[in-house]
Amino acid sequence: MGFKSYCFKKSLWVFHFGGASCNNCDIEILDCLTPRHDLERFGILLVGSIRHADVLLVNGSINLHDRERLLEIYRQAPKPLLVVAIGACGCTGGLFTESITFAGPVDKIIPVDAYIPGCPPKPEAIIAGIVKLVNKN
Amino acid sequence: MAANLFYFLIFPGLLFAGITGAFLSWFDRKITARVQFRKGPPLLQPFYDFFKLLLVKETILPKKGSPVLFLLAPVFSVFGATMAGVFILLPLFNIASGFRGDLIVIFYLLTIPSFSYIMGALASGNPLAAVGGSREMKLILSYELTFLLVIAGIIMKAGQQFDLYSIIGTQQQGGAFIGSISGILLFIAALFCIQAKLALVPFDMPEAEAEITEGIYIEYSGAAYAMIKLAKHIMLFILPAFLAALLLGGFRTEGINILWSILKIVGTVLLLTLLRNTNPRIKIRQAMSFFLIWMNLIAIAAIVLIVFGY
Repeated sequence: MGFKSYCFKKSLWVFHFGGASCNNCDIEILDCLTPRHDLERFGILLVGSIRHADVLLVNGSINLHDRERLLEIYRQAPKPLLVVAIGACGCTGGLFTESITFAGPVDKIIPVDAYIPGCPPKPEAIIAGIVKLVNKN
Repeated sequence: MAANLFYFLIFPGLLFAGITGAFLSWFDRKITARVQFRKGPPLLQPFYDFFKLLLVKETILPKKGSPVLFLLAPVFSVFGATMAGVFILLPLFNIASGFRGDLIVIFYLLTIPSFSYIMGALASGNPLAAVGGSREMKLILSYELTFLLVIAGIIMKAGQQFDLYSIIGTQQQGGAFIGSISGILLFIAALFCIQAKLALVPFDMPEAEAEITEGIYIEYSGAAYAMIKLAKHIMLFILPAFLAALLLGGFRTEGINILWSILKIVGTVLLLTLLRNTNPRIKIRQAMSFFLIWMNLIAIAAIVLIVFGY
């Protein structure tokens, strides 16, 4: 394992993109950063600007409007970028698969590195998913 | 020439100040985490962040705006911070840098990082960065006068001496300046100025991450953002060091005194961190009236007390 990838693994900065979400996944993602689960001990920070991000968390069903914004965000991000789809809606579309405004699950729009299913996934599941993602690279 | 390059690049300059500042920034994050009952990042976290940004990430240039100025601004900020650091740290480590009036030079060099952040923000062509840049300008306008008054107070207290080396010498002979009423008042005013210079929380409107998403740094990525991080780390070290030189009696490097010197810096950073963690972000108007009225009043009161010998 090289020095570069070690540094990258140790300092993942997360940008959170919420699609047409019901807000449950957003609450669980914020829960990861609270004192009980504290992702900062692994060097994970929530950043406000996509230019600083290393990980793009996408949750919620992606509708036709969100699709353009998600592509725009993805193009603006500095590479290398890891994409994580969170929740049933992000992974497969979940409840909204049949909807007329549904633009496909996240992996039809941008390449996804990890899927964390659940409706919503528990913070422990999100942490487990991120640990697996980190160990994969 | 070789000695000057060594001063600039290695010992009190870039390398030393950068590494010490990175550890101080870890300390700041760890204390923040402990205040919030979290565990906090590991010791080498600032180094991981820095090398990740420098080596791994791609640097994106803004489409609208001036790419040259956008990329030069972080370099200027590192240069200004390092230069000020050399002038502050050489007298602190008892090496006579040797010219009268270096306090004024330090005062100007310390504003270079803020100015280059503004230049970079306005060169990026992002509206949120422009908002952040304008807030940073107003913040500079409000705290600079207070900072100058504090320095004027120190100069009067040291008996019209304009160079840092003899100010530290005066304090090491006759006791630190903070041991008097005017010294305490000057310390309070200087502490708030440092808080605003570092853009920590009560005064972090230029980079309000919840409001204008990092503001002046919004368009920076990759190596350019690593340079900004480096400049911020250096500033986090040299401003408390400057305060230690002006009011707390400087460093002594022999024997057990070295522990006491480290404690001065760490204690100042601890104060800054606790201030940052127990306060909300105020509006730019409130910050201006805070500095222009209250802090100036405190600094002028301190100067009046110095004239009467307290």
